Formats: sequence, C-alpha cells, structure tokens
Amino acid sequence: MIRFTAFESKLVPLAIDNIDTDQIIPARFLKTISKDGLGDQLFYDWRYDAEGKPKPDFILNTPEAKAAKILLAGDNFGCGSSREHAPWALTQYGFRAVISTSFADIFRQNSLKNALLPIVVPRDVHVELFAHPGATVKVDLASQTMTLSGGRAVQFPVDSFAKHCLLEGIDELGYILQQEPAIAAFEASHPAAVNTLG
Amino acid sequence: MKQSTKPRTVIEKIWDQHIVAEQPGAPPLLYIDLHLVHEVTSPQAFDGLRRRGLKVRRPEQTIGTADHSVPTTPRSLPIVDKVAAAQIAQLEANCREFGIACFGLHSPDQGIVHIIGPEQGLTQPGMTMVCGDSHTSTLGAFGALAFGIGTSQVEHVLATQCLLQSKSKTYQVRVDGALKPGVTAKDIILSLIARIGIGGGTGCVFEYCGSAIRGLSMEERLTVCNMSIEGGARAGLVAPDDTTYQYIAGRPHAPKGQAWDAALARWRMLPTDEGAVYDKCITIDAAALQPMITFGTNPGMGIPITAPVPDPTSVVDPLERDTLARALHYMDLVPGKPLLGHKVNVVFIGSCTNSRISDLRNAARLLKGRKVHPGVRVMVVPGSNHIREQAQAEGLDQIFRDAGAEWREAGCSMCIAMNGDQLQPGEYSVSTSNRNFEGRQGKGGRTFLASPLTAAAAAITGTVSDVRELMR
Repeated sequence: MIRFTAFESKLVPLAIDNIDTDQIIPARFLKTISKDGLGDQLFYDWRYDAEGKPKPDFILNTPEAKAAKILLAGDNFGCGSSREHAPWALTQYGFRAVISTSFADIFRQNSLKNALLPIVVPRDVHVELFAHPGATVKVDLASQTMTLSGGRAVQFPVDSFAKHCLLEGIDELGYILQQEPAIAAFEASHPAAVNTLG
Repeated sequence: MKQSTKPRTVIEKIWDQHIVAEQPGAPPLLYIDLHLVHEVTSPQAFDGLRRRGLKVRRPEQTIGTADHSVPTTPRSLPIVDKVAAAQIAQLEANCREFGIACFGLHSPDQGIVHIIGPEQGLTQPGMTMVCGDSHTSTLGAFGALAFGIGTSQVEHVLATQCLLQSKSKTYQVRVDGALKPGVTAKDIILSLIARIGIGGGTGCVFEYCGSAIRGLSMEERLTVCNMSIEGGARAGLVAPDDTTYQYIAGRPHAPKGQAWDAALARWRMLPTDEGAVYDKCITIDAAALQPMITFGTNPGMGIPITAPVPDPTSVVDPLERDTLARALHYMDLVPGKPLLGHKVNVVFIGSCTNSRISDLRNAARLLKGRKVHPGVRVMVVPGSNHIREQAQAEGLDQIFRDAGAEWREAGCSMCIAMNGDQLQPGEYSVSTSNRNFEGRQGKGGRTFLASPLTAAAAAITGTVSDVRELMR
C-alpha cells in the first residue's frame, strides 16, 4: 500500500442523506471478478442517462469534480451492502476522502483498507462546508486536521491503528499474519464447532 | 479466554470467548468460527491469496454457495449472462483450488448464503460468523455474533481465520406483547427501523429480547435479525433458548450424542446475565404494531399500512427534508395520501429475509383458491433448493401456479436484481426483500417492502392492500 500523505482539494458536494452503496455502485456491476474499471461506474444511475450518456448537470460529470479528491456527502454515507466495490469505485474515480457527519460501519472499515479516508465532522462544520461548496480544503491525516479555506482548522477522529497503517502504507493482513503463534494457541484451546468438510 | 464476574450481555460473552490477542495500538484480534463465501465478494479475495502465495487457513470452517448472480430460471437452461456464468464458475474453481466445500449451481444444497447455514446446522449458538455480505446479520438468530465484511476482510479471514475488529456497543431491542393477526416478524423489524432510522444502530449490535421475540419461531427470528443492518447495526442477535436448540437438533452438522449434551450445556450459559447493562435500549409494544410497508427509498421510510405518506414540508431539518422530497419524487408518490390502493406491477416473494418455508406457507395460505390480479407479475423464489423441494412436497408450488404466480429456482433473484430478475423503469413492486434503495430491484424500479402476507395481498388485489381485510 502507498503511504497516505497530506493533500488539498476542492469539495464535490452531494447534499443527500443516507447515500447507499447501491447508488455508489449498482449491483449489476458486481458481476466482475476483478477490481478494475469501477471508477467509470461510480454513481452510474445518477451519472448517466438511459442511453448511457453522461448527464451534464450531475456534479461528477463536471471537470472540477474530476480534478477533485474530496466528496462531501449527507449523513450516514455508505449504508447498505458490504460491497467493497464502493470504495474501489470512489478511489478509482479519484477520491481520497469523503466528508460526512457519519458513515455506515462496514463502508467505513472498507474505505480505510483502500486508502479512502472517511472524515466525520460535527454538524456545524458540515453545514459550513455545504454553504461553501467550491471551497478548497486541506487534509492532514498525521495531525487529524482538516483546514477550511478560511483558515479554520477542524480536528477529526480516526482509529489509531488504521491511521498508522495508512500513514506507513502497512497492509493489515501482513500484521494479522504475524499473529500466527497467538492464533495457533487460541485454536488449540477452542475446538472448531463445525466441520464443513465432514 | 477472559473471565469476568460482571454481568454480561450475550453479545459480550461471545465477544470475550473469541479474542485471540489484544495488542496495544491495534484493535482486538477476533477469531471467526464459520466463514461463508459467495460468488460476488470473494473472487478478488482469492486473487489476493494467490498473489501472496497463501492458503486458506481453515477450509473446514469455510463454506461456499452461489446465489447472487444465479438465474432463477430452470437449472437445465444455460446461463444467458456470460459475465454471471464466469463469476459462478470462478467461485466453484476457487473453492476447488483452496479445498473449500461449495454448494455450486447444480448442488442439491445450493441456496442463498444466509439460508444454507441454518439448514445444514452449521450456524450454532455462541459462534462468530462472517460473510462478505451485509445480511450475514441474519445468522444472529441463533445467538451468534454474525456480521458482514468487505472483500479485504474476506481475504483476512480466508488466510488467518481472524479479523481485526473494534468492539461494538450493545443495543437492547425489547419487544413485549402479542402480535395481532396479520402482523408478522417482518413488521416488527420494519417498525424498529422506521423508529430509529437506518443509521440508528450504527456502531452497535442489537440484542432482540422480550416476550414477543421469545414467541417467534427460528425462521421468524431469522427475518428480524436479517434486517439489523437496515437499522445500521452490523449484527443483531437473539439469545438462544429451547426454540433454537430444537431447530438445530438433528441437522446434518448439528452436534450428536455426547457432543450435543456438551454443546447444550455451553449454549445454556450464553443468555444475558441478570443486571447486565446495555449502551442503548428501546422498547416496542408488539400488540400496538400494524402491518408495515415502506414508501420511500430506504428501509427506514416505513409506515403502518393504513398511514399516509409523510409530507416533506413538515420536516424541519433542510437536508432531511430534501432527502424525503427526493425519495417521494423517485417513488412518484403524493405526500399525505395513504399507500393503500396504490397500483402494483410486480410482487416478489423471496430473499434472505423472507424465502423460508414458513414464509412460503404464509403466502400460499392467502393465495390458495384465489387468483393473482390480472396484470400483476408474481414471482415466488424459494431461498434454497431444499426449501423448494419441501414446498413442492407440501403442494405449495401448485397453489402458487394455480393462482397465476411464477414458481422459480432458488437464489437472491429480484432482491438484488443482478441475475435477470428485475423491475422495468417506473414499475412498482411489493417485495418481501430488505432494501428499497433507488434502482435496487432494477434501474428506475420502485420498491415497497413488506411481509409475505402483505405481498400476497397485493398479488390478489393488484394494489397495496391491508392483508387483514383479506383474512376476515
């Protein structure tokens, strides 16, 4: 994994609550067996018309959005399905962070494993960001700080282990594999409840 | 294993029994007893194993099945969608390569991933279970900690049988009282979600308790736990009791003989201790519940069947108001008017929420001797091949066919609409599934979520109907 560095970007606002993973990437695109090509399918049913042509008025089709790295969304972003195709599609489009007041649990976890930073902000900051949709925001994970264009710095929470992995470019599986002795010891005292091969 | 004298909830007991390691600076390492795998969220995980040269650590604690991409047309027909066919073939190939038992397309045990585990007796109290699928919460009905994970975590579990996982908060959902006729387990869970909203349980695990939950069958408990994720909770469970044990006894993978006695003694220790404290609580009066239906584009947008559709102008928060207005626009509904009498194009009876034998019996009871309303397409899709056979043995398939409904093969079908079963743009369905998101059942399609009884009522009348009127 690549180390997660500080960056700044304009915001792409989507002022809708409860944006679910079926909107982020519709289920019919989940028949793929690879991770590739999902960026073009991001928000497909909002982004393209019945003929598959980009809708010019949808924000993700604007040149500004294509150059941006931060999505600003309503409450409870990423609810619904566990599909990791959602953060894959968001990062392949070019996003490195999503800002909301809250995230669904599975989406938040999936995002952190794909260098997509879910930034939770308090309500007043959320309102302020939506009031200045074209603003540029600086994100620094190391200090867990987001600096708004007016210079106001806002702290955001992030799980300390996920932060460590993102900043150092560490892969979680590598860490778990190092716990092999503990896993083996646990298994020795915890007999398997079932045997699917038996 | 941590010992504690403090009163604990069933959630905390299972959690404590599965902690492999707790290192400073990292989340606890949680052991997973059973890993269920399906074709959609696993191929990239198996690729990851191959890339790293890793094996599956515990193939005997892993099981695969094909369900999401599977067409529900006769199995003798070829799969028309080549991409879907390739994905199903890939699952079967991956399971072969890594030594995992797989209920492939032509297996007699094939079915929806959340249905096959209970059928086989693989899902037992006190276990931790995961699957790359958010409706894994279903399996909490056994008094187990069961939750959905992403594909990265599927790879972690395949390789290590473990997950790094932060502890969730505990949320007691107490449902007391007796359900009225026509009101079902589905209506309990739809009312809960309507009350707390689809983010209401975020960061939590639900424990469903109270006399109404105790009175539910295992299949009904599976329906309730299934939609925990729709309330934002990654998992939801019911502490095990005699209903649970009776359901498991005698199934292919259930413990037998002395092992059964030992398991039972262990399971009886699981229920929440007297005096255990939850982080959050809510109480629902079962007797006050009506049949529920959703009107909007998330499962929290639900109302009693006789209630009017909410009016956005009465909502104070601007973003919330816009979200509701947007949902009504998508659904093309008029605020303030009841849904009762609204035209329906398709009725879908199926999905991991409501495709078990008791669901099919409920629908069949209403449809018996009646006809599907002309112009309504009714799809009945059993959750597994075994359910399909059981229903046929009971003659339910004939009741559905005689009424004018389609009797199809097992799979996720129109719940996820990535397998050929889908709505056309603008169509309305009454669906027994779990999600009514925009386009969930087909691009431009509009979904009203409800119980199998309410769905069967709509099949007969061709409109959103109060099933209690048809039960008189």
